[in-house]
Amino acid sequence: MDNSNLVLRTKLIDRMFHWSMVSCFTLVALSGLSWFFPSLNWLGYVLGPPQLARVLHPFLGIAVFGLLMCMFVRFVHHNLFVRTDLIWFKHIIDVLLNKHGQKLQIGKYNAGQKILFWGIMSLISLLFVSGLMIWRAYFAVFFPITVLRLALLAHSVAGLALILLVIGHIYMGLWVRGSIGGMISGYVSRTWARQHHDRWYEEEVAPTNPLHSKRSG
Amino acid sequence: MGMQSQDIIRRSATNGLTPLPQARSHEQEVAKLIDVSLCTGCKGCQVACSEWNDLRDDVGHNVGVYDNPANLSPETWTVIRFDEYEDETGKLEWLLRKEGCMHCAEPGCLKACPSPGAILQFANGIVDFQSEQCIGCGYCIAGCPFDVPRISSKDNRAYKCTLCADRVAVGQEPACVKTCPTGAISFGSKAEMKDLASSRIEELKGRGHDGAGLYDPPGVGGTHVMYVLTHADQPSLYHRLPDNPHISPVVRGWKEWLKPVGALGFIATLAGAFVHYMGVGANTTEEEPPVDLPAKKLENADQDSAQNGRDA
Amino acid sequence: MALGRREFLKNAGTCVGGASAIALGFAPPQAFAQETRQYKLLRAKETRNNCTYCSVGCGLLMYSLGDGAKNAKPSIFHIEGDPDHPVSRGSLCPKGAGLVDFIHSEGRLHYPSYRAPGSKEWQRISWEEATDRIARLLKDDRDKNFIEKNEKGETVNRWLTTGMLASSAASNETGLLDFKFARSMGILALDCQARLCHGPTVSALAPTLGRGAMTNNWVDIKNANVVLIMGGNPAEAHPVGFKWVMEAKIRNGAKVMVVDPRFNRSAAVADFYAPIRAGSDGAFLLGVINYLLTHDQIQHEYVKSYTNAPFVVREDFSFHDGLFSGYDPDKRSYDKTSWAYERDAQGYAVVDPTLQNPRCVINLLRQHAARYTPEVVAQITGTPEKDFLHVCETLAATSVPHLTSTILFALGWTHHTNGTQIIRTAAMIQLLLGNVGMAGGGLNALRGHSNIQGYTDLGLLSLRLPGYMNLPKDSQQTLDSYMQAVVPPADEPEQVNYWHNTPKFFVSLMKTLWGEHATPANSWGYDWLPKWDRSYDMLAYFEMMYQGKVNGYIAQGFNPLAAMPDKNRMRDALSKLRFLITMDPLDTETSNFWQNEGTYNDVKPEDIQTEVFRLPASCFAEENGSIVNSARWLQWHFEGASPPGEAWNDGHIIGTIFTKLRALYAKEGGICPDPVLNMQWNYKEPEDPTPEEVAKEANGYALADITDDKGNIVVRRGELLPDFSVMKDDGSTASYCWIFAGSWTEAGNQMARRDNTDTGLGATPGWAWAWPANRRILYNRASLDVQGRPWDPKRQIIAWDGHHWSGADVPDYPVTSPPNSGIGPFIMHSEGVGLLFAGGDKLVDGPFPEHYEPTETPVVASALGKTTLRNPAARFFADEKPRMGGPEQYPYVATTYSITELFRHWTKHSRLNAIMQPEQFVEIGDKLADKLGIHAGDMVRVSSHRGYIEAKAVVTKRLKRLNVMGKDLDQVGVPCHWGFKGATRKGYLANTLTPAIGDANSQTPEFKAFLVNVEKV
Ligand SMILES: Nc1nc2c(c(=O)[nH]1)N[C@H]1C(S)=C(S)[C@@H](COP(=O)(O)OP(=O)(O)OC[C@H]3O[C@@H](n4cnc5c(=O)[nH]c(N)nc54)[C@H](O)[C@@H]3O)O[C@H]1N2
Ligand SMILES: Nc1nc2c(c(=O)[nH]1)N[C@H]1C(S)=C(S)[C@@H](COP(=O)(O)OP(=O)(O)OC[C@H]3O[C@@H](n4cnc5c(=O)[nH]c(N)nc54)[C@H](O)[C@@H]3O)O[C@H]1N2
Ligand code: HEM
Ligand code: HEM
Ligand code: SF4
Ligand code: SF4
Ligand code: SF4
Ligand code: SF4
Ligand code: SF4
Ligand SMILES: [Mo]
Repeated sequence: MDNSNLVLRTKLIDRMFHWSMVSCFTLVALSGLSWFFPSLNWLGYVLGPPQLARVLHPFLGIAVFGLLMCMFVRFVHHNLFVRTDLIWFKHIIDVLLNKHGQKLQIGKYNAGQKILFWGIMSLISLLFVSGLMIWRAYFAVFFPITVLRLALLAHSVAGLALILLVIGHIYMGLWVRGSIGGMISGYVSRTWARQHHDRWYEEEVAPTNPLHSKRSG
Repeated sequence: MGMQSQDIIRRSATNGLTPLPQARSHEQEVAKLIDVSLCTGCKGCQVACSEWNDLRDDVGHNVGVYDNPANLSPETWTVIRFDEYEDETGKLEWLLRKEGCMHCAEPGCLKACPSPGAILQFANGIVDFQSEQCIGCGYCIAGCPFDVPRISSKDNRAYKCTLCADRVAVGQEPACVKTCPTGAISFGSKAEMKDLASSRIEELKGRGHDGAGLYDPPGVGGTHVMYVLTHADQPSLYHRLPDNPHISPVVRGWKEWLKPVGALGFIATLAGAFVHYMGVGANTTEEEPPVDLPAKKLENADQDSAQNGRDA
Repeated sequence: MALGRREFLKNAGTCVGGASAIALGFAPPQAFAQETRQYKLLRAKETRNNCTYCSVGCGLLMYSLGDGAKNAKPSIFHIEGDPDHPVSRGSLCPKGAGLVDFIHSEGRLHYPSYRAPGSKEWQRISWEEATDRIARLLKDDRDKNFIEKNEKGETVNRWLTTGMLASSAASNETGLLDFKFARSMGILALDCQARLCHGPTVSALAPTLGRGAMTNNWVDIKNANVVLIMGGNPAEAHPVGFKWVMEAKIRNGAKVMVVDPRFNRSAAVADFYAPIRAGSDGAFLLGVINYLLTHDQIQHEYVKSYTNAPFVVREDFSFHDGLFSGYDPDKRSYDKTSWAYERDAQGYAVVDPTLQNPRCVINLLRQHAARYTPEVVAQITGTPEKDFLHVCETLAATSVPHLTSTILFALGWTHHTNGTQIIRTAAMIQLLLGNVGMAGGGLNALRGHSNIQGYTDLGLLSLRLPGYMNLPKDSQQTLDSYMQAVVPPADEPEQVNYWHNTPKFFVSLMKTLWGEHATPANSWGYDWLPKWDRSYDMLAYFEMMYQGKVNGYIAQGFNPLAAMPDKNRMRDALSKLRFLITMDPLDTETSNFWQNEGTYNDVKPEDIQTEVFRLPASCFAEENGSIVNSARWLQWHFEGASPPGEAWNDGHIIGTIFTKLRALYAKEGGICPDPVLNMQWNYKEPEDPTPEEVAKEANGYALADITDDKGNIVVRRGELLPDFSVMKDDGSTASYCWIFAGSWTEAGNQMARRDNTDTGLGATPGWAWAWPANRRILYNRASLDVQGRPWDPKRQIIAWDGHHWSGADVPDYPVTSPPNSGIGPFIMHSEGVGLLFAGGDKLVDGPFPEHYEPTETPVVASALGKTTLRNPAARFFADEKPRMGGPEQYPYVATTYSITELFRHWTKHSRLNAIMQPEQFVEIGDKLADKLGIHAGDMVRVSSHRGYIEAKAVVTKRLKRLNVMGKDLDQVGVPCHWGFKGATRKGYLANTLTPAIGDANSQTPEFKAFLVNVEKV
């Protein structure tokens, strides 16, 4: 296949982080939901007996947290807000209505993705902290019940928020054709890059030799 | 009508849309009445409870008080609390209270429990944990206003007093009630226990305990374990018995308020995405032939790609 | 029933489980099937028994696996209360409720084991070998050391180098065999727990009221208007009996008062609590007597008719400076000649019904007690004066005929050098208030072990015979001289003077002991009974042991290393034995006294040359038999499972050793073989007598047809005796224990009766059987005036119907003697009345009680201004003097006691109970703790002049600082339950601290008041 039209967007290591995190997250979220919505109790069977889900959820949650932290380190500098993000915000409606054309000066990630990024990172941190606190087997005994109640509430709220955020994220991935492929293979087309991340394309992709990029992917 | 009825009226994590069988009427609730003024703190109830329920806690330590085991545990479902109290006149009282599950009419544990059927409330008022269904999350602990349930480190399941539902089911009184040497614990229909309580309170008032009264806290809808207290005006004297127990607003927020909000959130998110997709369609990229790369850039592509690779 | 449904639905549920997704979140259907845990008793075998621990004797239902089919070996898996039992009504205290864990304790012994001299370990041996060797050891020691004649040439037939402890934790049937076994060999040092327990109760109540037992019964306490709990802690020591105190409160509006050094669990539910300095109760109670007499709040008619208040005492009786007339300081004893009544010409005691004679008992008592004014009492006891007066007033209020107070007491009164006198004072208070014989009144001695009453009844004390007869002493060389000494002459005409029947009881006993070998010609085998020269009570015997004068010791169901005072010395005493034999279901401290347990038992096993045989006994649940509760009820219990491993019933052990010993004597001869060979042992299987055979033997048989006055046959030859009234002194009846006659008659086993009908005032004469003659309230004739009218119509328990006395209870009176017959209600006394003045030989330290300080006391000068501070007649071994400490070094008063969760050193082997009180502690008042910088939960060291213990500190407001003689005094509470064996954490034996000195009358040790120091460690 001719890869000359493709550019490397996400390196293998980062894709690994992302997808291993996604698989853990799925289990954590489904098990979490099974407790939050009793009607979704059956989701608790994703890990075998629901008791096992209960045992594994926090460990997998920690895995999610850990992988996200790796991602954080690797992704954070792309997600720092810059002045040009304002342009994207101003055209948010056009973006959503799929109206291309204007130069939105979008860097590697657009402002929406950055919000998502920070949302995910803060929510997972909150989940991590609250999750540890409510973890019966190890830490819950160190906290008074009133604190636990708040932690439980926080964990639920954060968990829900994160799940909703992630649903949005997934939807965006599905909506913006090519992005999932980018996250799987690592490559997006040049057009895709120019269309969705014009500044990134111009500053960083356009000058690259696709053949070399492939090697480094 | 039977007090021993095991028909379930509430079941944890169960949808209200599908009510439990309730055609049979069960007006008779049971109750255990603990009269602290008759309790000598002998711990007969503690031993009988562990014996009947086949529980053997660890042999612990003395921590400077008579309370042993020092606290409720998965293998100790009831403990006697010993508190020394001197009133204004310097009169010493040794306040003894049998601590354990109160079998609330509105059980916070049940409200909090996420596992369907792990906590049941029977028509006679007994709140019982079903260990098979329990996942060991510990929400019941957070939900309980009395700090009662405990999770076992052996099997990660929650335990607490069952009000000897197995005995009551066959028409017997709970083990602790039967054994109580002084008659400090009585068992019967809730109505009768309230009557008994009022006669006891009258007697106590006659002996100068002006503060005597019944502890059947309305904040949790009343309980099926009630106390006759000599200082009913200050329940917290009895080893921090809550003055006005109720399901914490945080728990209510979590269990009553957040759920519909969360459900709405889901519906909104999914529906929003769907509508958006239907309205806007896929965001596709019109592929063009590869653009010619400026020659100058090509020259140092190696170097650049290395840089980009690091960043990508 | 539930099983089927449950299982079905579970399976169904599993199938449906997969489909549950379809239901999309709605509760899966199997949920509705959930039920509670299975009811675990369905179809289990139910066996009736009684709790083996304390003298309440609660009823048990024991559930065992297997329905009794031959092929199933039952195992007891659950025990709960018997709801039919009139006392316990289904209740059990923490000890009874935890009985399964005693039965299945890890500490249970499964096979016999042996410890060789100097060895560090046990080795397993067979029963065959163990019993062979024991029989040999016993015979050799007996043959070597048996004393046939003393220096005076009197026949004494005693064996002093081996002693035995019989277990009041075992059944009566075991006790009877113990007695025959030990006495046949001439053992004098035979004792049971009563020695360490309620000895003083018997030596106080018998001289005061006639019998040494609890006067009323557990249920009867509910009839009281006032309950004084002093010197006992029934909420903890007799928790289920205490139910009836609560009933009195609830149903009768009774006022409950507790006087105790500690605010204990009884105080927690009492209306009133007053603190007291341990060891000062005598002063308190004499103060009460003074109050009653000075305020004239006594029941005059009762006192006049039913006590010896009007009796006139001899002129030469006097009391001065703490001493009664006749004291000999060198012998530390009294010549009691002056302690007697004036006699008239016929030899009858002189009585002044007008009470005018200044030498009337009541007037002498008034004078004697006058010194105990409220101020003096407060100074001595540390009880605030107003608290003391409150007790006086409340008690005094019951001097009216229609109100009663009951007094509940136990070791807080017995465990003092002055114990007997303390208890006597209390009995005198009840006589003055007219409360003895009344429902809801009386002197309720709350006994100790489940069968301590039985073992006392059976004569298992060094100088006793069954049924409260005494063992003859050296000087009583003939049956006649013995009878002369023990049969009381009439003090007053026409009184019952029941002990005049002693010859009948004695001869019936001898016929049981020696069978056909007891003949008129050999005075019924009188010579074969060992005769005593001095007391061989436990304290005296351990002293001998310490001096190396004892070779062998048998401890059956007794843990003397833990139970005796001054543990370190007792351990050294045991180390001097050649052989020790223990029979116990559990691995006790005593059998392991030679083991090095570090600081808990610091010995060098290699230096200890004692051979030890540790024999595994069965427990209550593994035998049939009877035990006697505190209220004198003989209750029969049934076996629910067989003993674990190779363990044997006590009867089997005793029977086997005795059979082997007899075989040796038959084969080899030996010294004085007659009593050994002639002891009647006619059981079907001599090695293993059945409880039923033995129980019938205790009741007794007619050996010939028995006829009444008119010549009608009342009992046929070979039949069981219906009661003790038919006994004869001509050898035609045999009965081991006359007061048990009636317990197993031709009508069957009366002890197993289960009719709990309340015949009135809580009496249940159809339940089990009580001695004497199934009476439930002793002296109940005293509940009516001389004319037969009840003092309180609501409390009428017997009535005269014109011909007979009858009623809810069995009358304690000749049933055909009408009112006004002049016969007093205290039929055991030759005076027919209760004794405020107990003269003659009854007591060693005075016919009136007097307060004496404990041996170790913080008080240096008596508030009464007398020079005699301590009991002048208490026995004091020279070796013990240096082991006593003074207040300079040991400024705090300590007392020892038990707590609800644990029973002696026994229940620490039961896991359930160990959980309830896992670790040794001592109780320290908050003020003292502050002073010493001790916080709750700190480790502290408590030391006396004899040793130290270390334990956790429970710091409490419940131990008040007292003001004694103007000085602050702190007290320290030492529960005694932990040791170096069992399921609890290891601890020190509390008796490391206590002094080895006994009550002057009964030699029961002074466990309850001694001096200690306390430090934080
Ligand atoms: N739980 C439990 N029950 C038992 C036993 C047991 O070990 N544990 N043992 C059984 C036996 S063998 C017996 S004999 C009985 C004993 O029964 P109790 O005699 O009732 O028991 P104790 O705890 O020895 O002592 C009773 C009370 O006497 C108090 N006391 C100590 N010294 C004095 C004093 O000088 N004056 C006064 N007025 N009070 C004093 C103590 O503080 C204690 O509260 O209990 C029987 N029941
Ligand atoms: N400091 C202090 N010392 C005291 C006291 C005190 O208050 N303070 N109290 C004293 C009193 S009142 C008493 S009664 C003594 C008690 O002293 P112990 O009698 O030594 O005390 P227990 O620990 O009850 O021991 C009873 C033993 O009998 C065994 N046993 C039970 N059933 C059977 C049976 O069927 N057969 C046989 N062979 N054995 C059996 C048990 O296993 C246990 O080892 O302690 C005395 N010592
Ligand atoms: C980061 C580490 C995490 C830890 C230590 C953790 C721990 C826990 C714990 C202890 C519980 C209680 C149930 C149980 O004991 O298992 C819980 C519940 C839950 N968790 Fe987590 N979790 C973590 C991450 C997450 C994540 C990433 C999510 C979701 C995105 C999540 C969602 C939930 C939800 C929804 C619940 C149920 C709350 C309720 O029923 O109200 N958790 N978590
Ligand atoms: C099936 C589920 C998922 C899909 C299909 C998916 C898809 C993607 C895609 C395509 C990208 C790259 C976007 C781009 O290149 O512009 C991406 C990035 C990312 N995803 Fe996901 N994702 C999923 C789940 C998750 C989850 C559960 C999380 C975290 C909780 C997550 C966190 C991230 C993060 C942090 C980034 C980097 C974005 C940034 O740096 O701004 N993803 N995901
Ligand atoms: S059994 Fe009765 S008296 Fe004893 S501690 Fe329990 S409630 Fe109190
Ligand atoms: S006391 Fe706690 S555990 Fe018991 S029913 Fe009430 S909420 Fe549930
Ligand atoms: S621990 Fe068990 S009983 Fe408690 S809330 Fe969780 S599932 Fe329910
Ligand atoms: S009711 Fe049953 S389970 Fe509850 S404390 Fe009493 S004995 Fe224990
Ligand atoms: S120890 Fe005494 S009160 Fe407790 S159950 Fe046994 S007999 Fe009853
Ligand atoms: Mo005792």
